[in-house]
Amino acid sequence: MQLVLTEDQELLAKTAADFAAEHSPVSRVRALRDADDADGFSRKLWRQMAELGWVGIPFPEEFGGADMGLSGLSVVLEALGRTLAPEPFLSTVLLGGQALLLGGSEGQKSEWLPKLVEGERLLTLAYQERRSRYDLRCVATRAERDGSGWRLRGEKIQVLDGTCADGIVVVARTSGEERAADGITLFALRRDAPGLRLERQHRVDSRNTALVFLDGVAVGAEDVVGAEGRGGDLLERVVDRATVGICAEMLGSMSEAFERTLGYLKQREQFGVPIGSFQALKHRAAQQFIEIELCRSAVMAAARAVDDGVEDAARLVSLAKARCSDAAILVADESIQMHGGIGMTDEHEIGFYLKRARVAELTFGDAAYHRDRWARLGGY
Amino acid sequence: MAELDEFRAQTRQWLKANAPEAITGLALTEGGGNWGGRRATFEPPEMKPWLERMAERGWTAPTWPREYGGGGLSAAEAKVLQQELARLRLPLPLTGFGLTMIGPTLLHFGNEEQKREHIPKICRGEIRWCQGYSEPNAGSDLASLQTRADRDGDDFVINGSKVWTSYADLSDWIFALVRSDPKAKKQEGITFLLIDMDSPGVSVSPIGLISGKSPFCETRFDDVRVPVRNAVGAIHGGWTVAKALLGFERNMIAEVFGGQARGGGQGRGSVLAELAREYLGDAGGALGDPVLRDEIARCELDERAFHLTVQRARDAAKAGHQPGPESSLFKVYATELNKRRTELMVRIAGPHGLGWQGAGFADDEIGRTRGWLRARGNSIEGGTSEIQLNIIAKRVLGLPD
Ligand SMILES: Cc1cc2nc3c(=O)[nH]c(=O)nc-3n(C[C@H](O)[C@H](O)[C@H](O)COP(=O)(O)OP(=O)(O)OC[C@H]3O[C@@H](n4cnc5c(N)ncnc54)[C@H](O)[C@@H]3O)c2cc1C
Repeated sequence: MQLVLTEDQELLAKTAADFAAEHSPVSRVRALRDADDADGFSRKLWRQMAELGWVGIPFPEEFGGADMGLSGLSVVLEALGRTLAPEPFLSTVLLGGQALLLGGSEGQKSEWLPKLVEGERLLTLAYQERRSRYDLRCVATRAERDGSGWRLRGEKIQVLDGTCADGIVVVARTSGEERAADGITLFALRRDAPGLRLERQHRVDSRNTALVFLDGVAVGAEDVVGAEGRGGDLLERVVDRATVGICAEMLGSMSEAFERTLGYLKQREQFGVPIGSFQALKHRAAQQFIEIELCRSAVMAAARAVDDGVEDAARLVSLAKARCSDAAILVADESIQMHGGIGMTDEHEIGFYLKRARVAELTFGDAAYHRDRWARLGGY
Repeated sequence: MAELDEFRAQTRQWLKANAPEAITGLALTEGGGNWGGRRATFEPPEMKPWLERMAERGWTAPTWPREYGGGGLSAAEAKVLQQELARLRLPLPLTGFGLTMIGPTLLHFGNEEQKREHIPKICRGEIRWCQGYSEPNAGSDLASLQTRADRDGDDFVINGSKVWTSYADLSDWIFALVRSDPKAKKQEGITFLLIDMDSPGVSVSPIGLISGKSPFCETRFDDVRVPVRNAVGAIHGGWTVAKALLGFERNMIAEVFGGQARGGGQGRGSVLAELAREYLGDAGGALGDPVLRDEIARCELDERAFHLTVQRARDAAKAGHQPGPESSLFKVYATELNKRRTELMVRIAGPHGLGWQGAGFADDEIGRTRGWLRARGNSIEGGTSEIQLNIIAKRVLGLPD
């Protein structure tokens, strides 16, 4: 495992940075929020990103992808994270897309993936529930036997880009109690399936999330993703991939928030000197710099470990998320504090970084959850 | 690649043939190992032939030029040697400030005569070196040092005292910073001088440390005559040399503590978790104390992230990139981490972590407790953590003074 960007990745990083600067300033996020945009992102930009080949980065060539893995996708997500671009990489490429790639039948893959890679179809994964917190195996949604198929009943929360997805992979229980490890099955649904209802949710980061209500949605054997009853392991692998993705995004956002704050420390004067000359602030800035550098190493390692399928890949994913969660919040909080009063205003952009940082921190498990997982996987 | 494989095979064969049985698997604690010098003691005695054989091949200083007694190995070959030593569980034949600090400095700044005189002796472990930087009134503000060097013909006459000189009582030579021009700006009147500690007028007295047994000394100079040709770099130009040596020292400290922590979280075996299981027991597969368990995980995560950062810096260097900003964090992070880790080990042991000596405490318990106390100095020696953060703020982040 080499912790250095390849030439292809360097090029990708540069293209993505230029693109983000030109097409996706933070002011766009504000405009989407203020307009209460139904999608919460720009479909036009999404298609452009697909044309640039980014949507297909972690998919094999047979589906039109570039087969550049998570280590390739990470550099794009980092660049987009810098300007808080809300386009649906997590939902479509990482959650829904990877669920089908890792668990889907040939038919499911050929139905969804080529169009997904072209930017023509959006997908998502409905896994989280009111009581599940970060426990992927806590599933109350039931798949009840009905003839040769099932009927899905239950409710999912904060489904990413739920209201605009063309397809939803739903996690349900074909057997077992709410917290049983086995008995979990994934199903692929179309958005127009009878009995499926969606309601937009508004979180602090103003991205698109939805409540998903399943009121007896009929599914058959052809809709099962992976093996019946053994969806728990598949789900964990999918969420691990998405976790690497959100970590890369967090790395970009925290780097940007930190650099903006650093700029302010050099420019803002009080007591006749730049505030960045005060040691109380200097040392805290240096600590943040250290945390960000450690995050970068951890994110690069996690992406490569998953791509290479190494044995302790899951542990490295937890390492990355634990550190990124803590560092993102540290940097965001310090950024507001070091901006003083102006940092508290909605007019200033730094607040957008705090809001997204909090959402990202509590998505796919916070730092404490991932330390617990690290210990568990380490046998203690 | 094939050449490297062949080098590996030959190295393995040579090591197997030449490493004495008695030293295999020897765990060297901090301050342990062979430090060389005129008063060297070899524990166990087989360390002596081990040193001699390795020195003969130049493998006490694997990457230094062969003409001065080094091994002339490439970085890749040196890594292979290191891996093979680890694989066969063999201790390093020699350690000390000669290899880690003054040697690299002389290779950079020394003149030909100085290199020929000192480097081979360092490689063979014949001369032990200590560091005379700090003074009672010059610590973090090192450039304010006052030990005087008055010119008298071909000699400097040295007067003053150095403090916190680690291992001065066991060392043969000292590299010292002295004020050769009291009228110049403080950084511009300093000379970097090599001093034979057998010179008349040098005296050493030990200072006790909070961890007990002390390697720490005060070193006094009373009219000590030192030839002017023992200056490294320009006369009055010692500050440049001094700073470069601090760079080597910080790398070494980061290496030692980063390296010591290795194993934590890598693979499945966890040193901290095993220790904790001994003292805290087990509750359904998880450690008995959920709070300490979380702290152990946190410590391991930080260790792993640190090692990955060291690896990232190395991989970038191998790929031909300029050194990035990440290396500036090594000293402060590695030492703060070692402080946390040693403290955690004491807290895991609970009341058993309180032993100073004698009945009711196992040797390794006492060792860990003293290690915890000694580690408090990690964030002071070689430039304090606060000074490291100042350097990052200024050099890396460009924050104003
Ligand atoms: C175990 C050990 C071994 C050592 N071995 C050697 C040796 O072999 N040779 C040698 O020459 N020296 C040695 N030293 C000395 C060491 O380099 C000094 O102790 C160190 O540089 C700090 O200097 P000081 O002790 O005078 O503390 P001071 O400089 O007085 O610092 C006291 C406190 O003030 C803080 N401080 C000082 N300046 C600033 C600033 N500008 N901004 C913010 N905070 C500041 C420091 O961080 C520290 O917390 C050793 C020290 C230890 C602990």
